[in-house]
Amino acid sequence: MSGEFEPIPPPTPATTPAAPPRTVADLTDGEWHRMHPATPLLRGGVAFIVIFGIVVSNFRERLVAFFVPVLNGPEQYDPVTAILNSPNILLILGGVLAVLVLMIVFFYISWRMATFRIGADAVEIRSGILFRRHRRAQLDRIQSVNIARPLFARIFGAAKLEVSVAGDGANVNLEYLHARDAEPLRAALLTLASGKQHRPAAPSPATQTAGEGTPSTASKLENLVTDRARDLLGPELDLAAHQVTAVVRVSPLRLIVSTVVSLSTVLLIVMVVVVTVMVTRGIYWSLFALLPAILGVVSYYWSRISKSMRYSVASTSAGMRIGAGLLSTTNDTVPPGRVHAVRVTQPLLWRPFGWWRVQINRAGTSALNAADSATTALPVGRLDDAAAVVGLLLNQPFYQPVRELLDDALNSRNPRGFVGNPRRAAWVDPFAWRRTGYTLTGDLLIFRRGVIWRHLDLIPLARLQSLNTTQGPIERRLRIASVTAHTVLGPVVATLPHMSTRDSVDLFEKVSAAVVVAIGADTSHRWAQTRASAPVPGAPRIDLGRWEPSSEREAALVAENAQRYPVAGVAENIELGPNLGPQEEK
Amino acid sequence: MTYPEQPPRLPDVPSEPTASGPELRVPDVPSEPVASGPGLRVPDAPSEPVAGGPELRSLELDYPRDQWQRISPKFAVIEQIGNTVTMIVVAAVAALIWWLNESIWPLLAGGAILIVLIITAILIPRRARSIGYLLREDDLLFRRGIMWQRFVAVPYGRMQLVDINRGPIARAFGLAELKFVTAAVGTNVIIPGMPLAEAEQLRDHLVAVAESRRSGL
Repeated sequence: MSGEFEPIPPPTPATTPAAPPRTVADLTDGEWHRMHPATPLLRGGVAFIVIFGIVVSNFRERLVAFFVPVLNGPEQYDPVTAILNSPNILLILGGVLAVLVLMIVFFYISWRMATFRIGADAVEIRSGILFRRHRRAQLDRIQSVNIARPLFARIFGAAKLEVSVAGDGANVNLEYLHARDAEPLRAALLTLASGKQHRPAAPSPATQTAGEGTPSTASKLENLVTDRARDLLGPELDLAAHQVTAVVRVSPLRLIVSTVVSLSTVLLIVMVVVVTVMVTRGIYWSLFALLPAILGVVSYYWSRISKSMRYSVASTSAGMRIGAGLLSTTNDTVPPGRVHAVRVTQPLLWRPFGWWRVQINRAGTSALNAADSATTALPVGRLDDAAAVVGLLLNQPFYQPVRELLDDALNSRNPRGFVGNPRRAAWVDPFAWRRTGYTLTGDLLIFRRGVIWRHLDLIPLARLQSLNTTQGPIERRLRIASVTAHTVLGPVVATLPHMSTRDSVDLFEKVSAAVVVAIGADTSHRWAQTRASAPVPGAPRIDLGRWEPSSEREAALVAENAQRYPVAGVAENIELGPNLGPQEEK
Repeated sequence: MTYPEQPPRLPDVPSEPTASGPELRVPDVPSEPVASGPGLRVPDAPSEPVAGGPELRSLELDYPRDQWQRISPKFAVIEQIGNTVTMIVVAAVAALIWWLNESIWPLLAGGAILIVLIITAILIPRRARSIGYLLREDDLLFRRGIMWQRFVAVPYGRMQLVDINRGPIARAFGLAELKFVTAAVGTNVIIPGMPLAEAEQLRDHLVAVAESRRSGL
């Protein structure tokens, strides 16, 4: 297990850019563009495979019989034989051909009709033949941009770009694009959304000359094959291509062990023991109960592991990049200020290992699809990793304070600065009352809870939707009350039960006032506008924000953090379309 | 932090507060942590659980009762009508089942439900009186409940939309229900029993103040 939190040296300018800048400039020029030509095939991919499989399995027997007549089995009814022997064979073949032609025409038209456009402030798609659909998403409402690459699409060199805005089923899906376009297009989208004033970078001479010369068809094909092979075998996250400033990885061993060390394994072991005992007593039918349980647990493990394999959380110029996947890969970029709540949690069995999981609430993940992939920021990691991820998610400029806070709040008995439950809360909550508590830092509301399932909820005040305090009759007798912080739907439900009434009222008033201040100071819907105002040429890459170290100790801390935990600037070398060139701020 | 000029308050607020008393009490903003910049700062000393003030028994925010905007007293009448209709239906169903199979159980079950409904009927006036809202400078404060008290604070800028709903009985009394929707499901601020004109004024006011305080989601 290597150290998962790696400081990344300042990225050297990529010598071979993933795509010629020309392509992105063409795609973001405010005109309508078409999708990848293989889109119908990829969207209907499963159906095609099924039909192909049926045809192949039908013909296999026929081929075998043709070459090895000895194996010709007893005569059976076979639709293919029936058709071949039928007098209307021409009619049937003609019908099949007509259906095929119709399908191809239909797919061709649907591909022609599906177009997308990326303007200065919105991304739009038009699709449908009979029922036309036109969907438009404001760029400053983008919650995240995901690039999903199912295995089938990877073989064709295609990728799906999912622009997620708040709202159930409100995604704008550009499916499918050329894989080489997807990454630069996302970078361009996020740069546009960030509100940064763009400087069109001069195209480097290297890329201009690289495209010169027309290779022969054979070498083209060879290039294509090697490209695909490199893509399939290459690393999930290419550090050079993404301007990554910090990255947290999950090692495969830890992922597998953490998945196996779970309650379902314990249940399985108990079951195996029970069944063994029963079998030794001669009750053999109990074996049949074991088999489905083993199958279920193993398939659950496999799906979890294959989805989270090669997991990496990286701080890139456009926000957090969360990528994973062994065969079908997916990587999501979440711009700053799109995380509504963060929970650091630990299943009981992980405690000896000191592992933690980080979950987040985001707008735009639907309630039905609140799957792991969209709401898990870190499937498993040590406290160091968890602190790095939490710090990056919440735009905390320094690593050390976050690390100290998490260590204190999660592992200590009496963390500094936390206001806890009164002793009388033990009447209704005999164990957990010792660990329940809250603190309010500069821009975060932090709830700590749980004895067996320890967790810590961190809510950025600028994202808090509303605040609630309640008291029932029993709580009134005990002079205690509960406080709930409402955020968008997700795995984090931030509740703080059994606070003393005075503390509840105090918390309620303090937080409801602080939220208003935080909302007023929040500029994250155009997150780069504040920073882009003063670009100093040759300035150090690390943005220290508005905070100035006031003592020597703090200055040392800054220097230390700057190496471990740099703050990303916004990408500069993305060339945008002519209409979207340098923008004037309104 | 200054906002472009305040939209006017609701004109027909019944109890216009006097000039001496603070009309909209805005609690002191914990200014130092917010001003200190983006750094995550943990307070050095464990903050004392509230120095001034005795322990509160019931959950009562520090606002005089007359500052809360109350809903129309007619709301209790509507609730009573609804409750009575439910009672009649329950009694009728219980009697019908009893008449069909001559067992004693439907009567017992119906009786139990009726007792609960009668208790509800007694509590309705108190419950209706407990509902109130307060327009603070930057957020809406809503309260309801006597036995199960609930206070909600929603910053105006968090508003996604405002609904005005009117059921058939409420319409007969000229009342409406105002629902304040944010991006969070848990917010659940529904102010019932407002005269329609007042609800519409409040809606327009909320939309105006939300517009001046808009930020990201």
